[in-house]
Amino acid sequence: MAIEVRIPTILRSYTGGAKVVEGSGDTLTDLLADLDTRHAGLRARLVTDAGALHRFVNVYVNDEDVRFLGALDAKLNDGDSVTILPAVAGGAFGFAAAAAIASHAAATRAAAAR
Amino acid sequence: MLSIDRSIIDAIVSHARRDHPDEACGVVAGPAGSDTPTRHVPMENAARSMTFYEFDSMEQLRLWREMDDRDEEPVVIYHSHTATEAYPSRTDISLAGEPGAHYLLVSTREPDTEEIRSYRIVDGVVTEEPVRIVDAAVDPHAVQSYMFGQSPATVDYECSDR
Repeated sequence: MAIEVRIPTILRSYTGGAKVVEGSGDTLTDLLADLDTRHAGLRARLVTDAGALHRFVNVYVNDEDVRFLGALDAKLNDGDSVTILPAVAGGAFGFAAAAAIASHAAATRAAAAR
Repeated sequence: MLSIDRSIIDAIVSHARRDHPDEACGVVAGPAGSDTPTRHVPMENAARSMTFYEFDSMEQLRLWREMDDRDEEPVVIYHSHTATEAYPSRTDISLAGEPGAHYLLVSTREPDTEEIRSYRIVDGVVTEEPVRIVDAAVDPHAVQSYMFGQSPATVDYECSDR
């Protein structure tokens, strides 16, 4: 058994064009490490240097956003389906986006400090 | 070039006007590989901001699954700028994640002027493209009334009792 991972168009350059790949792992962190052994570079597009999930990448386990499941610590089981989608976002000015990124970075630092 | 139906453009512009001064956003889906936008899906702006938009992540998942099931893709991704021109901002460019989509921008800064422009955004490079607005063929289900002095192309979408 394995975990099915759905890859968005923009990241298919890492999977040889494949829309769906398989991987394994007990958590999202483990799964991404496993995928990176066969699809080098994929993990870096999803996880920041600080080790948090990118603010504008959405990852779902089955029908749930992983942000509600512990983000990278989200538990996985064989047969789960993981979907990756680039967030659709933007806007006229950078302020709101910068604020969103800054608050996310602050939360990440706070989480790391705990 | 983006070819898009007049009725879809009208629906996008009225969505943008309705949500003004907040930014509005949405998708026009179309059959995969067709490059033809056919199904307008207005989305919630989860950021509810005058300067930022973001799809709600769960609403996005539902729509992307639905498009997958129907063998569709997001042909157009649109949003409005409510005080500035219809040109992609640095935020728009850095966050653009659908290289196959036409990024349509609508500016609602002028209440009486329709300002619509379309772009490809791939790897941080913005390329503007012409927008061809297509007037759909006469809808056979519409009530057509040919009144004296009018051209027979006039279509009356109201079911009036005239």
